[in-house]
Amino acid sequence: MTPDELAALNKSSHDAKWWLGKVGTIVGMAFIVIYCLLPFYWMLISSFRLPTMGQSTDYWPSPASIENYTGVFSEQNNFLRAILNSVVISVTTTVLTLIFGIVGAYALARLRFAAKGLVLSLIIGASMFPGVTLLVPLFKMFTGTYDWFPNWLNTYQAAIIPSLSFGLPLAVWNLTAFFRQLPVELEQAAMVDGCTPGEAFRKVILPLAAPGVFTTAILTFIAVWNEYMIALSFLQSRDMKTATVALSQFTGNLGYNIPYGSIMAAGVITTIPLLILVLFFQRRIVAGLTAGGVK
Amino acid sequence: MASKHSLGRLALSVLATSAVLASAACGSSSSAAGSSSAPADDSWNTKGPINYVQGKDTSGNVKSIIDKWNAANPNEKVSLIELSESADEQRAAMIKNAESKGASNYDVLSVDVVWTAEFAANGYLAEMPNVDTSGYLKAAVDSGTYFNKLYAFPSTSDGAMLYYRKDLLTAAGINAAPKTWDEMKADCAAVKAKGVTIDCYGGQFQKYEGLTCNFAEMVNSAGGEFLSADGKPTVNSDKAVAGVKWAVDAFNDGTIPKAALTWKEEESRKAFQDGKLLFLRNWPYVYSLANKTDGSSSVAGKFGVAPIPGLTGPGVSTLGGHNMGISKFTKNKGTALAFVKWWNSAENQKANTIATSNAPTWVALYTDPELTSKFEYLPVLKSSIDNAKARPKAVKYGDVTLAIQDAAYSALNGQAAPKAAMDSLQTKLEGLVK
Amino acid sequence: MAVTTAERAATPTKRRKNAFSDGQGTLAAILLSPTLLVMFIVTGIPIVMSVTESFFRKNDGIDPVTGAVKSGTDFVGIQNFTDIFAHPATVAGVFGSMDRLINAFLNTTVFTIVCVILETILGVIMALIMAKAFRGRGIVRASILVPWAIPTIVSAMMWKLIFNTSGVANKVLGLADNPILWLADNKYSQWAIITADVWKTAPFIGLLTLAGLQTIPAEVYEAAKVDGANAWQTFTKITLPMVKPALVVAVLFRTLDTLRMFDLPYGMIGPNKYSVETLSMFAYQEAQQTRYGQAAAYSIFLFFYIVLVAFLFVKLLGADVIGDEELRAVNAQRKRMKELHKKQAKATKAVRTTITSGGSAS
Repeated sequence: MTPDELAALNKSSHDAKWWLGKVGTIVGMAFIVIYCLLPFYWMLISSFRLPTMGQSTDYWPSPASIENYTGVFSEQNNFLRAILNSVVISVTTTVLTLIFGIVGAYALARLRFAAKGLVLSLIIGASMFPGVTLLVPLFKMFTGTYDWFPNWLNTYQAAIIPSLSFGLPLAVWNLTAFFRQLPVELEQAAMVDGCTPGEAFRKVILPLAAPGVFTTAILTFIAVWNEYMIALSFLQSRDMKTATVALSQFTGNLGYNIPYGSIMAAGVITTIPLLILVLFFQRRIVAGLTAGGVK
Repeated sequence: MASKHSLGRLALSVLATSAVLASAACGSSSSAAGSSSAPADDSWNTKGPINYVQGKDTSGNVKSIIDKWNAANPNEKVSLIELSESADEQRAAMIKNAESKGASNYDVLSVDVVWTAEFAANGYLAEMPNVDTSGYLKAAVDSGTYFNKLYAFPSTSDGAMLYYRKDLLTAAGINAAPKTWDEMKADCAAVKAKGVTIDCYGGQFQKYEGLTCNFAEMVNSAGGEFLSADGKPTVNSDKAVAGVKWAVDAFNDGTIPKAALTWKEEESRKAFQDGKLLFLRNWPYVYSLANKTDGSSSVAGKFGVAPIPGLTGPGVSTLGGHNMGISKFTKNKGTALAFVKWWNSAENQKANTIATSNAPTWVALYTDPELTSKFEYLPVLKSSIDNAKARPKAVKYGDVTLAIQDAAYSALNGQAAPKAAMDSLQTKLEGLVK
Repeated sequence: MAVTTAERAATPTKRRKNAFSDGQGTLAAILLSPTLLVMFIVTGIPIVMSVTESFFRKNDGIDPVTGAVKSGTDFVGIQNFTDIFAHPATVAGVFGSMDRLINAFLNTTVFTIVCVILETILGVIMALIMAKAFRGRGIVRASILVPWAIPTIVSAMMWKLIFNTSGVANKVLGLADNPILWLADNKYSQWAIITADVWKTAPFIGLLTLAGLQTIPAEVYEAAKVDGANAWQTFTKITLPMVKPALVVAVLFRTLDTLRMFDLPYGMIGPNKYSVETLSMFAYQEAQQTRYGQAAAYSIFLFFYIVLVAFLFVKLLGADVIGDEELRAVNAQRKRMKELHKKQAKATKAVRTTITSGGSAS
């Protein structure tokens, strides 16, 4: 390329076309932001209306009110308890998936063995499984139909164990991708220094993989927190419902009304912990989501 | 000694059971509901703590009634188990409890009137012995009865009423609520002739249980029937089809706004309260809400209530409400039965009506001065319930109501002609109700 | 077994020597057994039970005298599957009157195809915009994660409010007087679902695609520019092929997710609405009616459908879901071996050297 050509190239990058691209990008970004946030905006302002005006279509709440929020936590809705249930189930499931996932994922990332393709396929296959296929037999099992199985309706384990069925493959999947990114020379060096493979894993790999483990934990937590069908099926009593189930079943005090205001308020409350996680750890989450997919 | 005693008990209960079986085998000899010969089963004497299961206690009144019972019966304490607000999920939870032979310890169940057949036939509920149901609404007692035996004690009732804009009718020179659908249409025309822009009539036509109720009213109010007296489906009779045809025409000519196809109770109430509807078919709960003067209702003080209209005369409402059944698997049946009877005493029903505005089943309460002054609509509601018809009693009620909703929705949506929709419903019901 | 042989063949290649690579099957078995055991308990056992269940049916005859239901279940063989043809339960959905299972199958399929196509197009556009942006990318990325983070059931309730007959969607579209009945049971309900689903997941595809875009070196674009490629050519000839691996995996996951859609139609439109009833919803509804046998049969039908789609994705689009370099190398090696055998069969010349100098595949 001659210097003339280069100059021409540089020059052309500031003409009308360049500006058009610039403006186009800004417009495009504005479009994305509006697209993503506008429905959420509707949820937000609907939650700040008066409870009797839940279905109003004004673009701004008038008068603004936080009555819906106080209503959500009223004795009648029992929502605090629902959030607590969601936390217990999500945290327990996340911890369990990590316990059972980390070592297995490490083996998949580092070891060579005959059935590796099969195991990886099994894990992928498990994550593809439609939840409803698992639910049908569990319906019978957890409700004490069989003599050999206890009645687990309205217990935490009835939600945690089925949640493992999608949480564990997700975790193994992500962790395997993270472990693969760590250079194998790390363990080699550690072992040269006299570590056993176990020590090398604990003292060298695990600390280095901590960000990956953390990301996996967040992703699993979000997946379990957002889960609906399992919780809907097995947690039916007032004190055991999770936040997602509880808010979908809010009714007013006459049994007929759908209190959109409180539902939206509860929706905002349920989403906020996730939004905080997402905003704080957005880079990690994107990295986690793309793990395995992109090299 | 103890073993001998229990052996005796066993023998006794075997005898008692065989007596029940015998009386069941010659079933026709047992008399009508409520006064049927009592199984002399001494399990009805066991007392002890029990659980009472119902949907959410939205008023808090259930707790206070139970507290009252617990204060008086410290050895037979009742605990409240609140289920989901959704009727479908309450039903599912109760079925799961029964399928697991009472693993969830549901003892007394608040049973929707349409579940009686399913719960009784599957053996989820115990047949109630020696219960006097005189003084309770006949329709309500009937709704708790299956194969002439009482399985659930009448507790609350419900019926539809016609809410109408008194102010607009008066302005158009009309002094009485319409008695027939054609009168209603004529009233609409008269009001519109005065230059008022308003939709004529609304109900609940979203596809859910409420559609079954509304559709049943269309059929019954035209003189049709879902099931004949001997339990055979008769939904494609000329009268039934005429009722459906009226509703379809009403949608086509705009008497019922198209939007009503997405209405449940609340959406239709909102339309009425916003002044967009002249006539509304709804349950009694609307009355106090539409009379609210906090700005949420624009029709406060401007409307009246009347029995729903029909094709040629007064309409037939669909019966709603809940009854109280006792789980077959409960250990303390004696306490359970005593609690059910006590709960539904005139005094407690009155307190419950005042707290929840649920209609009582104790007939005398409809003329109770305190109640009628608080709930001015009670006389209208009484005539609605007196005239009301239950939805088809079916063991597979879930399938029956879905079949009805399918037919109703396809007819009202214009996907199928009224006759064709009802013919296909007839075929489905013949398969479901045997 | 084939893998073992292939692996042995692959070992002497130029891949990095693995510190743990000696005698590793037993160790792998020990390390993996807790994971696999848990997966067997939470997924394997229910699957087996589900399959068993699907051959049974609840006995629901009624005693004519007492009205009591006969209890127990009957073995009915494959009747739960064949009843689609033998005793179709006809319902009227958007695609005409047909058996309820077939209707649910069509809904599921149409939702999946339409949603995934729209999501992919929108997602790729979003990624292209974000890739161009230098300032404000943080804000865009933060806002793009909002739809993804909102629980599906919450977004279902949110869209239910928006699509209410007297709601804001009709107001914005200027249809307040002649509203579209989004929440009824018609083709508009389908579009309401599609809108809500695309909203929630297009950003997800956008993010994954963006990550793929960022791995394309800038020089490639410079070179294209010098060669005089226009924007469209650059997109189709460079961008798309280079993000394809990332995109295909993202699309595969979205497809499988949409195939089992439940929360959104259930929460937004409601159960028993045939125009939006998916296979998951239908199976769930049957379980609610305590027809566990049929419910199991339908859910297994869905499972096989998902497996088939996943298989087609991997075969036709070459989705590399497993993403393990070593396996990829092994498979490539196996392929080469096959070709080699073919060649050897044809030619007498020994080409042994090509095996060992094959190098790592990727």
